[in-house]
Parts: sequence; C-alpha cells; structure tokens
Amino acid sequence: VTPRAEAPSAVRLEVNGQARELTVTPDRLLIDVLRDELGLTGTKEGCSIGVCGLCSVLVDGTLMTACLLPVGKLEGHAVTTIEGITGPDGALSPLQAAFVRHGGLQCGICTPGQVVAATALLAEVPQPDESQVRDWMTGNLCRCTGYYGIVEAVLAASGATPGELDMRPPLDERPLDPGGHDRSAHADAGHA
Amino acid sequence: VTAPAWHRPASVDEAIALLSELGEDGSVVAGATAHTLLRKQGLVSPSAIVDLGAIDGLDGIVLTPDGGLAIGALATLRAVETSPIVRERAPMLAHAVGRVATVRIRNQATLGGNLAHADPAQDPPVILLALDAQVDVAGPDGRRRLPLEDFFVDVFETVLGPAELLTSIVVPPVPATSLVGYEKFLPRTADDYATVSVAARLDVEPDGAVRDARVALGSVASVPMRAAEAEALLRGSSRRDLPIDAVVEAVTAAVDPVDDVRGSAAYKREMAGLWTARLLRRLAAAPPVAA
Repeated sequence: VTPRAEAPSAVRLEVNGQARELTVTPDRLLIDVLRDELGLTGTKEGCSIGVCGLCSVLVDGTLMTACLLPVGKLEGHAVTTIEGITGPDGALSPLQAAFVRHGGLQCGICTPGQVVAATALLAEVPQPDESQVRDWMTGNLCRCTGYYGIVEAVLAASGATPGELDMRPPLDERPLDPGGHDRSAHADAGHA
Repeated sequence: VTAPAWHRPASVDEAIALLSELGEDGSVVAGATAHTLLRKQGLVSPSAIVDLGAIDGLDGIVLTPDGGLAIGALATLRAVETSPIVRERAPMLAHAVGRVATVRIRNQATLGGNLAHADPAQDPPVILLALDAQVDVAGPDGRRRLPLEDFFVDVFETVLGPAELLTSIVVPPVPATSLVGYEKFLPRTADDYATVSVAARLDVEPDGAVRDARVALGSVASVPMRAAEAEALLRGSSRRDLPIDAVVEAVTAAVDPVDDVRGSAAYKREMAGLWTARLLRRLAAAPPVAA
C-alpha cells in the first residue's frame, strides 16, 4: 500500500452551492477547513466533542457535526453552512427572520448552529409541534435564552401562530413590560 | 504530527485487502464520530485510515426470509430509528437507537460503527443483546456469523481481527407474543450516555407463562452484558407474578460498574437493579399480548 495522503491532496466537494477543490489533508476536520481555509466563520466551534451544536452544518441536506467530520469523508458531497442559508444578498431566511422577531438569541454564539439545525428540522417536518422542536433541538445548547425564544421562533417559522400553541407574540407585538422577564405571567397566560 | 493516509476503498473486499497490508497501522472509520473523538483524545493515532464511506450497498435494511431484519453495517443510527420495517418488526430497536445522543450525531454515526466501537455505555448493543442479534464479519479468511454476545471483549475491544469488518447485523424475528422494553437512566442531560441502561424481553405464552427471557444491561461492566442468572429466574415464571426481588438481587450481583462522573459504582449497581425492576413491572403491566 502506497501511503498517498500523508501530504495534502485534493478533496472535491460543494460548499454553499459552489464547487471547491481543496488541497488539505483528508483528516482535517470540516470545522477547521470551513473557518481557516474558506473563511466561512459563521460556523462556530464550541465544545469540539459533538455535544454543543455550535458547528451544525448540512451535508447533502442532512444535519451533521463539523467538529467530528474529517473532510476526506466529504469527497463528492455538498455542504451547506449558515452562510448558504442566508441569501446571497444577505437577506435573512424566513426562519432567521423569526429568530430575530421572537428573540431567539441573545449573545449569538449558538445562533448559526440553532438556525442550521432548525432549517434541517423544518425540511423534514414542515409543521412540527412544540415537543418535536424541543426534541430535535436537544443537540443545540444555548446558555442565554432559556430556549423559549428559540422554540417560538421555530414554531413561528413553521406557520404556527400565538394562541394556537404555547407561544408569546413576537417582540414587536408585545406590550412594553417594565417588569422584564416574568415567566410566570407567560405561563399563566399560555395555560390558563 | 503526520496526517494519516486516507483510503476510500470501493468494496468490502478492497477494504479487507487494504487492512491486510496495513496490519495494526490501519484504522477503520464508518461515520467517524466516535473515531474522531478518540483521535482528539489521543487514544488512537493511526498512520492510515480506511474510510468505509465510499462502499455502496452496505447500508441497506431488509427483511430476512424468516421475518427478521438484516441491517447493513453502514446504515446510520437515524436510518435504523426511522426505518418503517424496523419500527414494524422491532419497534424497541428503533426506540433504543433513537436514544443515542442527538439527531445530529445519529445522522452520521452508523450501527456497525457503534457496535465495532465497543463502548459499553452505548444504547444499541443493549437492545440488540435482548433481541438475540447476530453479526456478520468478513475478513481475509472468509465470512462468519456470530452472536453479538460473543462479539465484545473489553472496553473498545471486539473479536474483530485487524483486517476484519463487521458487515451486517441480523435480528431474528421477534415473536408477536414477546414483551420487549428498554430503559435508559439519564440523571444529567437528554443527550448523555446512560448512567445505567437495561433492555428486557419476555416471551410470554397465552396463559402468561414466561417461556424465555432476556435481560441485558449497559454502562455497568466492561462490555454490554446479559444477566444470565436473572434470565434463568424469569424463565418459567408467570408475567402475573414475576420474581422481581430475586431478579434484582441477581442483577445487582452480576454487574461490575466503575466510578465515574455519571455515578459511583455502588450507585450504578443499585440503579441497575432498580431500573430492571421498573422495566419488568412495566412489561408485566402491558396489555395482554395477542396469541
């Protein structure tokens, strides 16, 4: 057997619709190739062990983990990152717009991964119920929001409306609340 | 650090030939989830990686002539979880495989990789032991089929030789009158490894007699294990009066857990008995099975 890949070799794949031929060692992880070789820094690295979901990407439309994916496995496959979900003119996808409108983010570091994961969910289950959203999004940790806004954003993007489900109105339709984050009031209103 | 050579054989035979030449230097990846974690931790540092991802036709899930299932080693955990025939023929297999980590991981990890990884804290081996699964192995000396129970040797270690591949997982037909269940005790987070997991199968006669039984446990020994003495106690009993106290005693004596972040050995030992009892009570209380 001739060791043929110890030096960088060509890996051909598609990234956000564009054919790429990368000269990298095939064991390089997709997260590093995206950020360091392609300048696609929307995909974040958090835990580096497949738990946190910050590096969520789509491979042939399927949700995967860029920090656990050697790029050699992707020969001939198509990768979509958060940059490929946003339109080329920077227009937000309806799901991204729902994250903004429903306050599905705070510090923002987990947001690209949340959006990629939820994009995959809505492609597979266009109208999920709340438990399906929560179950699917288990793999995307957020340390700011408490998940309320994230779940509401995904439900809103699927066409669900407040009143139909356990959802608050979007931020721009909420009365100003000097008391701030009163979850008990929300729970009472939602499940009276 | 030199990057490993990366090989993408197009067939099982080509992979076996490559691995035969590489010997101990070769390392096999399928979905590459667990393997990448082991590399990051420095637990493996192969000079050559044999990536099975370019082999076609090793991810099928089909019915066998006797009504069982044959699952290609490269079927993803997600494919097993969502397969209509797995859900119909072995719903608890679909359920237990669906308890692994998160959908993002299950989309990438494969059933064959999961078994060959031989992590005693994984979910699939436990339910597969309770279902009497067998594995097909291909190597330089030909092919063989062995019970999954004989496949695991130690933590991260199986009977596979350096040039052997697990190619298929065979699940015999589950009798319509069998009660099958899986419990995964997760005191921390929903995507965690089990602190303790248990699968049980009771093959029940119309009069309630337990003709045969399986009790398998995960995270409580160096390998996914069957509790033979507990099974013997259940065999010949009645679902209306299962010898649960004696089974708990037998399970507690059989397990050999270690202290880790998921609990002390003593705690896991107690939880192994407790979750076995809970599972058996739930199975016993299930609606009567149609003959």
